[in-house]
Amino acid sequence: MITPKATPSGNVELAFDQKRPAETAQKIERSPLAVRGLTVSYGQKPAVFSVDATFEPEAMTAIIGPNGAGKSTLLKASLGVIPRLSGDVTVFGQPIELAREKIAYVPQRASVDWDFPTTVIDVVLMGLYRSVGLLGRIKGVHRARALDCLERVGMADFSSRQIGQLSGGQQQRVFLARALAQEAELYLLDEPFAGVDAATERAIINVLKGLKERRKAVVAVHHDLATVQAYFDHVFLINVRKIAEGPVADAFTADSLHATYGGRLATAHIDQLNIADSGV
Amino acid sequence: MSNIVTALFLGAGYNAALVGIGASLLGFAAGAAGTFLFLRKRALVSDAVAHATLPGVGLAFMLMVFLGGDGRNLVGLLAGSMLTAWIGLLLVEWMARRTRLAEDAAIGAVLSVFFGAGIVLLTIIQNMSQGRQAGLESFLLGSTAGMLFQDAVVIAIGGTLAVLATYVLRRPMTMVAFDAEYAAASGMNVRRIDLTMMGLVMAVTVIGLKLVGLILIVAMLIIPAVTARFWTERSDRVIWSAGIIGAVSGYVGAAISASVPAMPTGPIIVLVCAGLFLFSLFFAPSRGVAAAIIRHYRFQKRVHWRQGLLSVSRGEPIHDPMTLRVLRKEGLLRADGVATEAGRARAAKIARDERRWDIAREVHQDAGLTGRYDGLTPIEDVFTQDEIDEFDRIIGGPVSVQGQGAA
Amino acid sequence: MMGSEFVMFSLTPLLIGIFASIACALPGNFLVLRRQALIGDAISHVVLPGIVVAFLFTGVVSAVPMLLGAAGAAVVAVVLIEAVKRLGRIEPGAAMGVVFTSLFAGGVLLLEQTDTSTVHLDVEHALMGNLESLIWFKAKGWHSLLDPAALASIPDELWRMAAVCVLMILLTAVFWRPLKISTFDEGFAQALGLPINAISFGLVIAAAIAAVAAFDAVGSIIVIAMFICPPAAARLMTNRLEVQVLWSVAFATLSAILGYVFAGYGPLWFGSANAVSAAGMIAAVSGVILGLACLFGPHRSRIGAGRDAAA
Repeated sequence: MITPKATPSGNVELAFDQKRPAETAQKIERSPLAVRGLTVSYGQKPAVFSVDATFEPEAMTAIIGPNGAGKSTLLKASLGVIPRLSGDVTVFGQPIELAREKIAYVPQRASVDWDFPTTVIDVVLMGLYRSVGLLGRIKGVHRARALDCLERVGMADFSSRQIGQLSGGQQQRVFLARALAQEAELYLLDEPFAGVDAATERAIINVLKGLKERRKAVVAVHHDLATVQAYFDHVFLINVRKIAEGPVADAFTADSLHATYGGRLATAHIDQLNIADSGV
Repeated sequence: MSNIVTALFLGAGYNAALVGIGASLLGFAAGAAGTFLFLRKRALVSDAVAHATLPGVGLAFMLMVFLGGDGRNLVGLLAGSMLTAWIGLLLVEWMARRTRLAEDAAIGAVLSVFFGAGIVLLTIIQNMSQGRQAGLESFLLGSTAGMLFQDAVVIAIGGTLAVLATYVLRRPMTMVAFDAEYAAASGMNVRRIDLTMMGLVMAVTVIGLKLVGLILIVAMLIIPAVTARFWTERSDRVIWSAGIIGAVSGYVGAAISASVPAMPTGPIIVLVCAGLFLFSLFFAPSRGVAAAIIRHYRFQKRVHWRQGLLSVSRGEPIHDPMTLRVLRKEGLLRADGVATEAGRARAAKIARDERRWDIAREVHQDAGLTGRYDGLTPIEDVFTQDEIDEFDRIIGGPVSVQGQGAA
Repeated sequence: MMGSEFVMFSLTPLLIGIFASIACALPGNFLVLRRQALIGDAISHVVLPGIVVAFLFTGVVSAVPMLLGAAGAAVVAVVLIEAVKRLGRIEPGAAMGVVFTSLFAGGVLLLEQTDTSTVHLDVEHALMGNLESLIWFKAKGWHSLLDPAALASIPDELWRMAAVCVLMILLTAVFWRPLKISTFDEGFAQALGLPINAISFGLVIAAAIAAVAAFDAVGSIIVIAMFICPPAAARLMTNRLEVQVLWSVAFATLSAILGYVFAGYGPLWFGSANAVSAAGMIAAVSGVILGLACLFGPHRSRIGAGRDAAA
């Protein structure tokens, strides 16, 4: 708690709560992805301002917030896909540059050209780049691993299909399979459920829950408030600045949602969510 | 130097004066017409159009000779170049729409293939008995040396017509260039307007062939528009500014070329234009590089300043080297990273504002404040003083400092 | 036609044409997929100022300094385009147009200001090349291929072009995976830790090397045509990148052979004694191949577009 006070000279004295740093350091050491003081701006307006985030190990976390609140930006800037104005990022306590093999990233589906001349299995094999290397030969084991990943997302029969022929949901599954092939400790997904059919959404969430059971961490940008409680354990609410973070039960509250969405979210909507919450 | 001055005031002979006027009209038309292409993000279509004129020049020459006329008739050559340029343009459109190739590949394919075919025709013409002095190579780079009076007249008239056409068509073309979907929704035939736009570009290209040549006419279509964009955000002003930039480049370039030896007209016009571009790139008031660097540096400093003080107010250690530098420089942080008196005071003000924001966001939940709460916008920008006083009342005013017992 | 005359007059130009076409088509595949097809156009325009500056520095027309000058100009152009794009926040096409036309104008002006009347250095040469003049004077027939004295008189351009062609094949093979991944999904490539800026700069530099080596022998037109037409036609033949690259090599080779034959022997068929520009003809043939692929290629239309048409 900070309590400013005017001194006779007109300045203000501060008293600090001192117990935080040690505890945070320990948490950061264990966290699959921790960012400190992350600021990103497009032009003169911060898209993400001074955000601290310590994502939980062995859990599924949803990053939620309104459109343009910096959800995807947070993810991409953490990975270095877009430049940071300030802030540092660690993965299990290591600088991210040294721990890239521990991360699998699933970009937004719309971010690539699906007319690219390649097949489904080829895309999944891209996930093996770190283990195959620049010149290594792709062997049977690699193909088997890629096929197994496709099997897990229910796409094994489509392995030799040209990627342009896939539906939106199938494209998303292929991206997920590519991430699975990386056998990472942390899976970062940017809007994995955007514009996919119900069957794909079920398939994806089952795979993600499977990852959690294998003690992996999953962090996903998510926009559907109605499914947060069913899908995720933790939430991270952001609107340019961090609003709240914590287990769904503690942080996914009417107050924090109001604080995140402001006037954009009808009170009735939030009430509905909370009813669902108390019903569980 | 005095030669240039003379030429600038149309004193370098009748032909030179006519070329100067023609070049400025052409420059104006090219700048204005090019703006539509640039705003439509299709600047390099002009490159395909320009290169596609070459086979037309060759074919027209051969046809005119075959019919027993003088192959060098400028109007005939320009008509021929217009025909193949139009075919090239339609091919670019067709490839980009009907096949999976992107527009840039279509542009590159058309420009290289048409140009290659044009070169083949030129080598055939060189081997014809009438072709030895055809001088068609001058269409590659333009040449005003030895230009006939009637050629200058053709350029001047063509330039005038292109300027008039731009003026008449400016509204629909601006709408399509600015937002094609909206234009289509409001009942405009976007495709036809696009083709009209291209037709105008093609006309400018053809008129400019003799003066600056087919390789450099592209510059006249692109550079003025890009340059003008640095100075204004309004599309109508971009069009006319680009026109003026093009006209000035054309006029000054033609004048220099007329008065200094070994100064080919086309390259000089383009280089004058490129000079204006470079100046704008660096020194334009808001979009220029100098302004942007200053702005970015200030912004970054503000972010680090604010972020650092937030950390101070929360008692968290600061690691970011730039944050440390910024705060130390302002005397808010000691060399060992501990906040100075002044730093603590600033941090307290920031902590206070953060607290005010918390209250503000509770009180004004429905006011759509979310975008303004970005860490940098001062609360005084968003709320009136009496509203802020109200927040302070809720906070309870500047009160106790924990652990020191003061009330 | 297949006798000693062919070896003397046609063998080297033909081989140089083939090597140049393949060397340009290989990086062209990735440029086309990255929507950077016109980089080839830009590079081939700035070759002219590069060689003029090299000539001004050295005062002689000789291959090595000119190649270095051209390569330097290509790098300068690429850096300038990137700078204009980022600093001025201008879309790539326009940035490219500004830079390469300005540099080209500068090159022409320098050329006009310099006394090059004593040397063979002109714009047309840079555009059209002089493929036909690269004759193997000492060749007396196929057996000359085994004669060291005759081999020594093979034009240098052949060895240079062959070396660059091999270099392009090696670069494509070695960097295949990073190129493919970063071309398809830049964000993912970055998350993997691939240096995507270095990859895309490297690709453009490789293209510049191919362009510079090729322009000397065959001129700029072929360079632009070979960067774009064979890869674009190949894209319409298959949906697999590996196969596409093979098709593009086949198309490049075919263009070079047919173009050279038509240019050299075509006019004879029409009763004319004079050959036409081989470089122009090779470009034209590659255009015809692309046209045929656009009309009949098995994978010519976008899948989405096809669906729309059916609906």
